[in-house]
Amino acid sequence: MAAEAEPAPARYSGPAPDRFLGWRITPLTRRRLDSFRRNRRGFWSLWIFLALFFVTLFAEFIANDRPILIRFQGDWYFPVFTDYAETTFGGEFPSTADYRDPAVQKLISARGRMIWPLIPFNYRTINYDLPGPAPSPPSSVNWLGTDDQGRDVLARLIYGFRISVLFGLVLTGLSSVIGVAAGAVQGYFGGLVDLGFQRFIEIWSGLPVLYLLIIMASFVEPNFWWLLGLMLLFSWMGLVDVVRAEFLRARNFDYVRAARALGVSDRIIILRHVLPNATVATITFLPFILNGSITTLTSLDFLGFGLPPGSASLGELLAQGKANLHAPWLGVTAFLVLAVMLSLLIFVGEAVRDAFDPRKVVL
Amino acid sequence: MSADRNADPLLEIRNLSVTFAGRGGTKPVEAVKGVSLTLDRGETLALVGESGSGKSVTALSILQLLPYPVAAHSARSSIRFAGEELVGATPKRLRRVRGNRIAMVFQEPMTSLNPLHTLERQIAETLFIHRHMSAGRARERTLELLRLVGLPDAEHRLAAYPHQLSGGQRQRVMIAMAIANEPDILIADEPTTALDVTIQAHVLELLKDLRDRFGMALLLITHDLTIVRKMADKICIMTEGGIVEAGPTTEIFDRPRHPYTRRLLAAEPKGRAAPADPAAPELMAAEDIKVWFPIRRGVLRRIGGYVKAVDGVSLAVRTGTTLGVVGESGSGKTTLGLALLRLTEAQGHIRFAGDDIVAQSQRRLRPLRREMQVVFQDPFSSLSPRLSVAQIVEEGLKVHRLAASAAERRRLIETALVEVGLDPEAAERYPHEFSGGQRQRIAIARALVLKPRFVVLDEPTSALDMSVQAQIVELLRELQSRHGLAYLFISHDLRVVRALAHEILVMKDGKIVEAGLTEQVMTAPEHPYTRALMAAAFDLAAVSS
Repeated sequence: MAAEAEPAPARYSGPAPDRFLGWRITPLTRRRLDSFRRNRRGFWSLWIFLALFFVTLFAEFIANDRPILIRFQGDWYFPVFTDYAETTFGGEFPSTADYRDPAVQKLISARGRMIWPLIPFNYRTINYDLPGPAPSPPSSVNWLGTDDQGRDVLARLIYGFRISVLFGLVLTGLSSVIGVAAGAVQGYFGGLVDLGFQRFIEIWSGLPVLYLLIIMASFVEPNFWWLLGLMLLFSWMGLVDVVRAEFLRARNFDYVRAARALGVSDRIIILRHVLPNATVATITFLPFILNGSITTLTSLDFLGFGLPPGSASLGELLAQGKANLHAPWLGVTAFLVLAVMLSLLIFVGEAVRDAFDPRKVVL
Repeated sequence: MSADRNADPLLEIRNLSVTFAGRGGTKPVEAVKGVSLTLDRGETLALVGESGSGKSVTALSILQLLPYPVAAHSARSSIRFAGEELVGATPKRLRRVRGNRIAMVFQEPMTSLNPLHTLERQIAETLFIHRHMSAGRARERTLELLRLVGLPDAEHRLAAYPHQLSGGQRQRVMIAMAIANEPDILIADEPTTALDVTIQAHVLELLKDLRDRFGMALLLITHDLTIVRKMADKICIMTEGGIVEAGPTTEIFDRPRHPYTRRLLAAEPKGRAAPADPAAPELMAAEDIKVWFPIRRGVLRRIGGYVKAVDGVSLAVRTGTTLGVVGESGSGKTTLGLALLRLTEAQGHIRFAGDDIVAQSQRRLRPLRREMQVVFQDPFSSLSPRLSVAQIVEEGLKVHRLAASAAERRRLIETALVEVGLDPEAAERYPHEFSGGQRQRIAIARALVLKPRFVVLDEPTSALDMSVQAQIVELLRELQSRHGLAYLFISHDLRVVRALAHEILVMKDGKIVEAGLTEQVMTAPEHPYTRALMAAAFDLAAVSS
């Protein structure tokens, strides 16, 4: 090539690339991160939410009807992970040990020690040792009282929070992937693909979701995955329009044209050139979709078409609160937990939205 | 022209400074630093400078239209209009001046009119606000104004919406709005930059005529020296927020004192294309290309007609030469370029190095993409903001597997960057860190790294400042002679075309009106349209067609 273009040693002495958690990020991302961080409310909401989520992920270690650890006759036992027969500890029955049984407790403490979780109930544990008829008010044993079947409300809250958030996250993640992919294909290729897909979405979104769920509930017992699948069938459409619009706009940008002129394949153009610009709309929407998913699950549980009976769920607790107005701790607790969780997510969502807003002048 | 009794100039700016507060921890930007100037009735003052020199900010400060409090004036800043201080004036007082005694025409006629209002409503608005006219009188006055600015068929246009007008007509409406209250000062911020050359000439003619008729003072903000020479009485040359030289037009053009002024005056694209071998083989040839976009009508979406963007164009580009394609906006030149690269569907025959490529699938075309490349007009939209320069340049290398190893790829990228006059260190940075000219160099490097034989240059200099234009033209010429590249150079700027093209095509409404060797077409244009185009471009003469 050129005379001055002697093979130069491949070296870059420019400023070191900016990194965040070890990932190489663009200055644009850096600006957004800084902007997000400056929104104190959203920033702290994120941390509080993450802390709560992280703690409830280990619900089995916090609220359980079995000890975390047993030291018995010089051996270590982990009842949280493994079922041990009562006979292991010198009992009479070959069935799984019931650690709440005073007889079993006596056997173990005679020749060893047990470490109990903070709350010695899990979400199914029925406390038969109640001072009055269930639901019983908050006490030193059941900190937030029990529900109408004598189960500890706090334990059910912890498990319920976890399942709500997990359901929301999985549903949000999967519907985003499907929605973005569908929107990308429609927007990028346009024409007949777009036309056909749009008509399909119009018909599909006309299906009555609630009735489908009720009908399904009559011949299968809906579990976590059933519900997730059913909701997913309809929830992916939320993002399609946004992503499609971004793609329709971006496919005529000069840098997309330039990439086509370079001979870059459609797949790479979509992934590398257009998608990063469409993710702004997607990420901005995510916290709100997450909120929507959680609310959906809660309302289904409230109506009784949600998770199988006995599962820990915030919606079921709300329904109990409605059915037992004389036990206000049920309704108030469920309401407060839901309100705090949804507010935290909205605050995070607001901060994310502002961080991605290019017109937002941060002084 | 009335002489001021107290001998105060109509507008006097003294020590004007504007500082923009830094965004998120960045340092504050001092956009204007101690600018002083005066403007009198009947006078035209041109504020000349390249982008970022602070000329628009100066103009906006006169009407206090900056985004306060992000922008702030220093304590010593003073803008006196007819003896009245405008810096820090109350909103009420400013509103009495804005649009009434000082009016403004903006650069972009496509976005400065409200798309939801009819022309009558847009123009009458300022009459209602400042003159408290009745609807009937405002209508009369609006009609008078539209006739004054030379909008044809004004009666029927009163109810028209902006989208029904062309760019030049919209700019006329903007001017009608601005002069509705017979202002003392008209500020025109790049009033013709977005317009075609022939329309530009008409609009300038109109501004000059109105100034003389009403004795207005005209503050003209521009980067185009041809306009300045024709229009202005006085010039202020601005760079980096300050005025470096001021004086009467003729004096500055004849005896520029400041080195920046000299550089600016010398910056026009000069020289001619290096003589080309007339026997060079034909590389790209097109016969009777048609790009027609169907217009669908009715419920059944039947094709009711066609927009003939390119209609039967034939051309040939030989190795090592440049074919300039000249025309105004909407003449189909960009579509022609895209059609030659098969980036838009076309009918006809396109032969590249002997192969007819019109019917080939995109997959079969992929190997050819290496040999034909494109550089777009706007360097801000042609580089993906999320990729580093190295990633942008290496994309083509990856697609065509031109480098055996990562190290070799890096070497090729560096070579390409050096060749377009960039520091190889630039590779790890992102496009937004570069100026327009540097970005255009990156775009050229992206095309060049593939070692193409044919490059479509779609107005590569239009979005750039004059001095940068000259550098890019120089660079393109140098690359051509070094690599024997063939260019299809699309431009509306005849000066740049003259400096680069061996042959030119003049296009109008999708058809070729004239073609030939550059010198021949430039010096002895045959077609009346070509003649009008030349007159408008080089002498700013309005030729009514």
